[in-house]
Amino acid sequence: MTRTARFNPGWYLVAPLLVLVAVMFAGPLANILWLSFTDPEPGLTNYAALIEKDSLRRLVWTTVHICLITTALSVILGYSIAYAMANVAEVARQRMMLFILISFWISVLVRTFSWMMLLGRKGLVNNGLIELGLISEPIPFVRNELGVLIGMVHYMIPYAVLPILVAMLGIDGRVLQASRNLGASPAQTFWRVYLPLTKPGIIAGALLVFILSLGFYVTPAIMGGGKVLMIAEYISVQVLITLKWGTAAMLAMLMLGSVLGLLYVLSRFMKLSEALGGGRT
Amino acid sequence: MTQTATTAARANRAIAWCLLVFLVAPALVAIPVSFTSENYLSLPWDGLSLQYYREVFTSPDWISSFFQSTLIGVTSAAIATLIGTLAAVGLWRLASPWGEVVRGIMLLPLVIPPIIAAMAFYRLYVPLGLIDSYTGLILAHAVLAAPLVLITVSASLAGFDRRLEQASRNLGASATQTLWRVIIPCIRPGVVSGAVFAFIASWDEIVVTLFLSKFSVYTLPRRMWNGIRENTDPAVAAAAVILLAVTFAAFLIWGIAQRRARKPKSDTT
Repeated sequence: MTRTARFNPGWYLVAPLLVLVAVMFAGPLANILWLSFTDPEPGLTNYAALIEKDSLRRLVWTTVHICLITTALSVILGYSIAYAMANVAEVARQRMMLFILISFWISVLVRTFSWMMLLGRKGLVNNGLIELGLISEPIPFVRNELGVLIGMVHYMIPYAVLPILVAMLGIDGRVLQASRNLGASPAQTFWRVYLPLTKPGIIAGALLVFILSLGFYVTPAIMGGGKVLMIAEYISVQVLITLKWGTAAMLAMLMLGSVLGLLYVLSRFMKLSEALGGGRT
Repeated sequence: MTQTATTAARANRAIAWCLLVFLVAPALVAIPVSFTSENYLSLPWDGLSLQYYREVFTSPDWISSFFQSTLIGVTSAAIATLIGTLAAVGLWRLASPWGEVVRGIMLLPLVIPPIIAAMAFYRLYVPLGLIDSYTGLILAHAVLAAPLVLITVSASLAGFDRRLEQASRNLGASATQTLWRVIIPCIRPGVVSGAVFAFIASWDEIVVTLFLSKFSVYTLPRRMWNGIRENTDPAVAAAAVILLAVTFAAFLIWGIAQRRARKPKSDTT
């Protein structure tokens, strides 16, 4: 295959996409990075505001806090699904996988809308409970942190399942047998042998969910109803309404830096194309 | 070995099934609601009605959004499929460390949060006058979807026998002929999956669309977004069902392509 030609014609095929990505992303992102240091005035003002301004500190804290809870819940629930999938017959596993795939495919907008129909003040759940006489006032499921968490966890679980499942399917059954033969109880075998063996999958799943949660816009914006402000929504307000590009650019760079940093860590646990190929963000 | 399926494991299996139903069922609640005969969001206890489908199918606004979404989805998927496939074949040909670096760069659109992509495109489009234009949105969706095609086609190529390419070249076919007549037909399942992914990525897309569209370009998700925020018009439920139906059709096409891909023993998933 190694011909003497200096220039491999493969590059011609790669060029269109590479150029498009460079023009659409590299240029504008460099520009945004520049803005974060120069708008409204040159210097580190925008970044300093992150420490000085209460509102920004609260914004970052809300975002991190919600992302952490989302990650923890998604991984725990995802672990349960993955465990069941790893320990059933092939046919049942494929049936379960179908549910995961369908949930990957359903548009995030439709999901969020459905949750609003179900959980809103005049939603189906509240109306049902009131008609049954179980409650007199609607329960505030949405337009608060609870709503954001329900929507986000529901969206993120499949992303946690896949890496964990891969780790579980890679476990050699003989190891568990050995543990049992040596006298460990099923519970001990699980906690001391099985769980540690799935740790790479858990870490990969957790990182993936956390990364996706950081930039999540649709669900927090709708289910938070303006009460729970996360970075993505704040950026959109700064860009489209108050036109404060400096702050928006700073936050975008903070988010992008965190995402790329975490992706680097993630890449040590699993192949990125595997992590991203399964679903759609 | 699996005889040790303890009560705990069995309980977990039951929980897992509940969770799987929880993952899918709530998202489908729009289906019954869209048939309600009431004038607010409710389950159709007192009879089914198609009034909201009639409303959606006769409203010029919804119809126009439907066609815009289709047009933008098909065009951007076509562009994404073309350049994504070419890039995948190119990288496969290169098979070099530099190629892998470039692959990483080209996959970036998948990992950059949509809100940041939206900001970047907005920044680029304002001076170019591409805000609120079909060209702008199609290009944006194409660049977001092309990496998906790159992934699916690369997976197909991994199972493609290089000797077929050499045979074709040895028999006198040019590089271009080999590409279109030998390589592409062999990796068609990957191309089809990629195209379907690309279409749905655009069909569903809302964040970038929110930034890039104003009045003249108004896709289906964009119109639904307004409906959700204003609240309680069951017509939005009917629109959601239409959106879901198209997604489901795409899912079926994808499933068929996957099954075809699996047949000639190379497993590409």
